Amino acid sequence: MRRLMSGNEAIARGAFEAGVTVGAGYPGTPSTEILENLVKYKPDVYCEWSPNEKVAFEVAAGASLSGARSIVTMKHVGLNVAADPLMTLSYISVEGGFVACVADDPGMHSSQNEQDTRNYARFAKIPIFEPSDSQEAKDFLIQAISISEQFKTPAILRTTTRVSHSRSLVEIGERAVPRKAGFVKNPPRFVPIPVWGRPMRVRVEERLKALQKISESSPINRIEWRDRNLGIISSSIAYQYAREVWPEASFLKLGMSYPFPDALIQQFASGVSSLLVVEELDDFIEQHVKALGLSCRGRDVVSGIMELSVDRLRSSKAMLVGRDAAEPKPSPFSDGLPPRPPVLCPGCPHRGVFYALGKEKVVVTGDIGCYSLGAFPPLNKMDSILCMGAGISMAHGMEKAGESSPVVGVVGDSTFFHSGITGLLDIAYNKGHSTIIVLDNRTTAMTGHQDHPGTGRTLMGEPTLAVKIEDVGRACGISRVNVINPYNLEETKQVISQEIAINEPSLIVSRAPCPLRERKRVGEARRILADECKGCELCLGLGCPAIENCEAGPRINETLCAGCGLCQQVCPAEAIVIGGRA
Amino acid sequence: MSERRSAKEDAQERVKVTETKSIVLVGVGGQGILLASEILAQAAMLEGYDVKTNEVHGMAQRGGSVMAQIRYGKEVKSPLVSRNGAHILGSLEKVEALRFSDYIRPDGLAVVSTQAIMPVTVSSGGARYPEDAEAEALLRRAFARLVYIDAARVAADLGDIRAANIVILGAISNGLDLPLLAWEKAISLCVKEKFLETNRRAFAAGRNYL
Repeated sequence: MRRLMSGNEAIARGAFEAGVTVGAGYPGTPSTEILENLVKYKPDVYCEWSPNEKVAFEVAAGASLSGARSIVTMKHVGLNVAADPLMTLSYISVEGGFVACVADDPGMHSSQNEQDTRNYARFAKIPIFEPSDSQEAKDFLIQAISISEQFKTPAILRTTTRVSHSRSLVEIGERAVPRKAGFVKNPPRFVPIPVWGRPMRVRVEERLKALQKISESSPINRIEWRDRNLGIISSSIAYQYAREVWPEASFLKLGMSYPFPDALIQQFASGVSSLLVVEELDDFIEQHVKALGLSCRGRDVVSGIMELSVDRLRSSKAMLVGRDAAEPKPSPFSDGLPPRPPVLCPGCPHRGVFYALGKEKVVVTGDIGCYSLGAFPPLNKMDSILCMGAGISMAHGMEKAGESSPVVGVVGDSTFFHSGITGLLDIAYNKGHSTIIVLDNRTTAMTGHQDHPGTGRTLMGEPTLAVKIEDVGRACGISRVNVINPYNLEETKQVISQEIAINEPSLIVSRAPCPLRERKRVGEARRILADECKGCELCLGLGCPAIENCEAGPRINETLCAGCGLCQQVCPAEAIVIGGRA
Repeated sequence: MSERRSAKEDAQERVKVTETKSIVLVGVGGQGILLASEILAQAAMLEGYDVKTNEVHGMAQRGGSVMAQIRYGKEVKSPLVSRNGAHILGSLEKVEALRFSDYIRPDGLAVVSTQAIMPVTVSSGGARYPEDAEAEALLRRAFARLVYIDAARVAADLGDIRAANIVILGAISNGLDLPLLAWEKAISLCVKEKFLETNRRAFAAGRNYL
């Protein structure tokens, strides 16, 4: 039976068919739907959202050491967080098949950077698999589990946004018999204190050599002979684009791109007149091809910045033969159109906090989440973003450096549990006095509303304890803790003002659930009484998509309005009232 | 010797000879582009084609411009549609149709909803949204073959304004070689039972719109 599946659905299906029994992860576009689909196979598979990627990685590693097959899922930057356990799991080795499913985001559709996860495979000396469509996503996951188990190595399955979020046809298979958990004590294998760790170091290199043999011989790396004038080495989605642009060329398609299949690369190179490497992001393959002493084109005609496409490769093709690389021009009809960037939704509880912060002369160190959108006009109230949790720690660093303006750190609830707690602990311990605001909308909103330790529900769909951010704050040693309702603008402004002014560490929890998750309006839709409106346009300063600026003055779009009432509170003319169309 | 071929064999034959068809659906986050894309892909799959689609998630969905791409044919490689590569562009919002007008082939069919959704850049960023007449004139210049349809009104008249996406899909179906039966089956596979009747009627209204 064939089904239309996204790459992420196919990975989940592959995990099910491979007999995986434990899946852990932290949400992150474009990886999130892997675990959301895997949990549909409960109770055959246990799945959890862990507080962060490091924890998730260790949960899956623990499952593997006990003998079970496991996967861990994250986006590219999540692997930075999990890099510590990754590097040493490579040494202590795995028992049940273990695959880290990591999704890169070339083009930065929903990420703060572009980074190429393939570098981690070489760094950790482990194999990496790169599917180019959904069928391969499923097949490669199964193969990665099998190779992981055979060689007792962790493995990485690397996708990109276009592999994870494209749908294509997948042949469905049967589930393999899962392995039973049952840890076998073996300290020289699992305890990397130096006396045992040094032999592990040697075994890692031996394993890499054995894996290279697989890379050379497995059909996962294959030569497609066509015209011998041009040979292209490619992997992942870049292979699909390249096949469309150079249908006549011979290809070496790498499904397992590390360890490199050196002999296969040599064989391919010697069979073609000229060699081209087509890869997205870093010149990972190209550097190695050149290190083998082979001459090839690549980065000189295929850019490593932003994602590739058939259009961009057509330009590369022109450059290859010395023609102008004319990329298609944007449509003349798109000139002067109003941009439509992502925005905080109507009724978003974060809006009130950013509006209140706008009244203060403060530096705001922000973080990763929907609230990153507070950086845009008209709110303009986020001054820096680094990584998960940095909103808190960087506020502390600025303050210690002697920053003249008060510093406010802003993070979300899921982000707080992910990496914010240690930063808050640092502020309390090292006598900081930053004001930290946790925007607690009761969900991991940006990635599509996943649960976290504060929501009272697990990924398995069971009720559980809901950890309170204010309790955690107090436990970290913060004694000034306020909980505010961000829909009450007066209270929000007053508490923020008061806490900024005080020379003590302070935690403000702004609590209101995301209306998008609740699937209901905050209150009744508002409308503007045209006769009362003075045209001051203060309501437009909220940046609410439901308030439209028409020729006759601001107007509230009744279908979009979520009824949060912020506009009513900022209107000095009392022209905004409850109730839709009069 | 004469051969008698079944409808299935006919479909297989058609799959062999047709070039890959590319369709781009655009609009604003939350308008139901993903459902329309899913139905289209399902219909093509039911006809035996190889199918690939692509869509956006995450940051891009928060009220921003969104696009779904569908390609089907004998064997599809890239899931992305090239510039000037779409046989059909369907848009649930008129300015979004203009924004992505460079995706359509010169002989492509554009099916555009007259709906206007103001971006916040208009209310707070000083940007300007074109007047109705101006937008229509631009659309007629941008697209040689344009079906300009008040899909929201058509859907509202059928009892659910949210079915505007399916009205657009119905109009798009006229430009594709997929049989009505495949569309109907795809709709019943992708749409929840309680919305099925409205969506069927929305599709028919779009398909019969002139």
